[in-house]
Amino acid sequence: MEESPEANARTARQRPRSRPRREVRPRRGFEYVEGWGMSVGSQARVWRPTSSEEVAEALRRARADGRTVALRGAGCSYGDASTNAGGDVVDVGRMNRILDFDEETGVADCEAGVTIRDLWRHALPRGWWPKVVSGTMFPTLAGAAGMNIHGKNNYLVGTIGDAILDLDVVLPSGEEVRASREERPDLFHAVIGGFGMLGAITRVRLHTKRIHSGEIEVAGISVPNVGAMMEYVDAHTDDADYLVGWLDCFGRGDALGRGLIHHARYLEPGEDPDAARTMTLAHQQLPGSILGFPKGEVWRILRLLAHDPGIRLLNFTKHQMGKLEQRKGWYRQSHAAFNFLLDFVPNWKFAYGRRPGKGLIQYQVFLPKETALDGFTEVLQRQQRRGHVSYLGVLKRHRPDPFLLTHGLDGWSMAMDFKVTPGTRQSLWETCDELTRVVLERGGRFYFAKDAVIGPRAVEAMYGAEALGAFRALKDELDPEELLQTDLWRRAFAAEGAFTASA
Amino acid sequence: MTQTAAAQPSRSTDRATARGRALVVGASSGMGAALVRQLAAEGYAVAAVARRASLLEALAKEADAGAGHVVHRVLHRAHDVTAIDEVPELFEGIVRDLGGLDLFVYAAGTMPDVGPEEYDTEKDLAMLDVNLGGCFAWTNQVARLFHSQRSGTIVGIGSIAGDRGRKGAPVYGATKAAMATYLESLRNRLSERGVRVVTIKPGMVETPMTEHLDKLVMPVSAERAAREILRVARGRLWNVRHVPLRWLGVSLVIRSIPSFLFRRTNI
Repeated sequence: MEESPEANARTARQRPRSRPRREVRPRRGFEYVEGWGMSVGSQARVWRPTSSEEVAEALRRARADGRTVALRGAGCSYGDASTNAGGDVVDVGRMNRILDFDEETGVADCEAGVTIRDLWRHALPRGWWPKVVSGTMFPTLAGAAGMNIHGKNNYLVGTIGDAILDLDVVLPSGEEVRASREERPDLFHAVIGGFGMLGAITRVRLHTKRIHSGEIEVAGISVPNVGAMMEYVDAHTDDADYLVGWLDCFGRGDALGRGLIHHARYLEPGEDPDAARTMTLAHQQLPGSILGFPKGEVWRILRLLAHDPGIRLLNFTKHQMGKLEQRKGWYRQSHAAFNFLLDFVPNWKFAYGRRPGKGLIQYQVFLPKETALDGFTEVLQRQQRRGHVSYLGVLKRHRPDPFLLTHGLDGWSMAMDFKVTPGTRQSLWETCDELTRVVLERGGRFYFAKDAVIGPRAVEAMYGAEALGAFRALKDELDPEELLQTDLWRRAFAAEGAFTASA
Repeated sequence: MTQTAAAQPSRSTDRATARGRALVVGASSGMGAALVRQLAAEGYAVAAVARRASLLEALAKEADAGAGHVVHRVLHRAHDVTAIDEVPELFEGIVRDLGGLDLFVYAAGTMPDVGPEEYDTEKDLAMLDVNLGGCFAWTNQVARLFHSQRSGTIVGIGSIAGDRGRKGAPVYGATKAAMATYLESLRNRLSERGVRVVTIKPGMVETPMTEHLDKLVMPVSAERAAREILRVARGRLWNVRHVPLRWLGVSLVIRSIPSFLFRRTNI
């Protein structure tokens, strides 16, 4: 506003001379909150607490306003796991201090918003590496624990929950409790994998793994189809520290699920003569450019290729390159470069479009080992038949874990990225409905960090009445008013519904 | 927080048909008021924020009456931009009532008369609070929303006075220079997110703020300035724009005068 001079005379300066003791008042903003895949989102009030008192205060204020709260870490879940249409969001990203790191045992004590990136950057120069990391380094530990994330070594070390010693949780009542395998084990096993429905994780204490080099030994193995891929992986679960397969979902017939396996192992003491240098952060730097293009702009090139013929070509090329990679045998790569493939091209998701309604959904299906090959074959063939072919396919081996709601089983998973546009959304959801039935018929499961489609009937089928009943009972006990809600909760845990939620 | 008018929920369905949704801070007079009038006339759903409630009300009434056949009532909120604690709640309410936001203009500014031998810290800091403190408080809220929604246009009214440190207005010029730098940073941050950030540098515009000046050089009316501002904001060509454009020439000349000569002038 423009002021006349006489008005200025009374504009007294009102800044406090000294800072008064800060009251508990979490910062907040109003913004558009979306899933990482950009296909779901809404405007919401976002609280950014910096302490567990502020988390409790944000919950209290939201309740006083009659609003629900979604808990959010870095927002890396592809779907609607941290969005909350019509409600508030508590983003724990500002609680990002590593409180303690024991260099003897490798135990890290971290606030909720410490990211996997923060953790590895702290641990690596001290000779440690997180036991479980995702394909991107940006998730927070609270988010990772809430979704119980897994890595390319799930068959060997389990999920991140298996590496966690204890957690602090702010319950919907505002009370902060500690949970571990000894202290409140029921809560511990339910909060991990509980996707933020029972309480806000404010602190995580977890194990890391001793490493003897900043590098890891990797080999690429090109395989002609998904069956061969699974055969190779099964034969090497004993001698590999990481096993992951990339699939070209466009391959047909004998080449269905052709791809490239990455088989990696940690270096033993003495194997890396230059360990002091490789275990520096500088050595872990991801490349700044890709084929001469600054990496920040590479998504624009991918954007030009983000259609079926383009990806078919890209995948074909990658598959051929994989054959060359196999010829070069074992090579060494930094931990960061090996683990965080998704971070090589910043904002690669923009290749799927940036306008409202465009984006991607990730759909990861888990199948027990007995039915996996048959199931994956069916899933690949059906998506090809329906014209919704996944642009990326990733195959991993898994093992069961003790958490209440878990995607873990003795079997396999295949993760897929499907392009979403406003015009194809409906038919994509219908395709997913078909695939969901295929998976559930074979005793399969899904994973909420990478889901945007499944409905209540799928949830009932995959967890079974007992686990689901126990989870609901705990939710009723801790959060009878259902203060903690997300779009995911309303979609997949509604009283009734179909196998697939509506598009 | 004083609210002179509650939202009009019954009108919100109309807002869905609006050409766009705009928020103008510093809307009670001058360019801000002219912008509100023009946006409303063009069919935008507009929220007007300013300190002087009576002026705002009159403006809203006038804009409502003058709007075309699709009427989007102008939301108005009385608020002093130096009360930065009020901003988050106010902003949230406005965006909810408008149903979203596409265009934001920060037009609040103050330029008290400063004597040639005056060095008054209180006065200077008060100016800082309006021209910069309020600007940061509001623009940060908007920037966060636009960043997260990956669209929107932010317009900051700077000044040609920020192009050079003149004798007459040390702190006014400094605030406008700071604003230009701040907006440039935002532009660089947000361009990847598809958000436009425009810095407007008006020359001499006939507004209440300039009333106390003895002489205006190449003055234009606030209405004319507002028209040009909207054109620039909706165009793609200019990120930083002098209004009217002839001031760009003036600015280039002034900026090229070496310091030892510049200090001898009375510009």
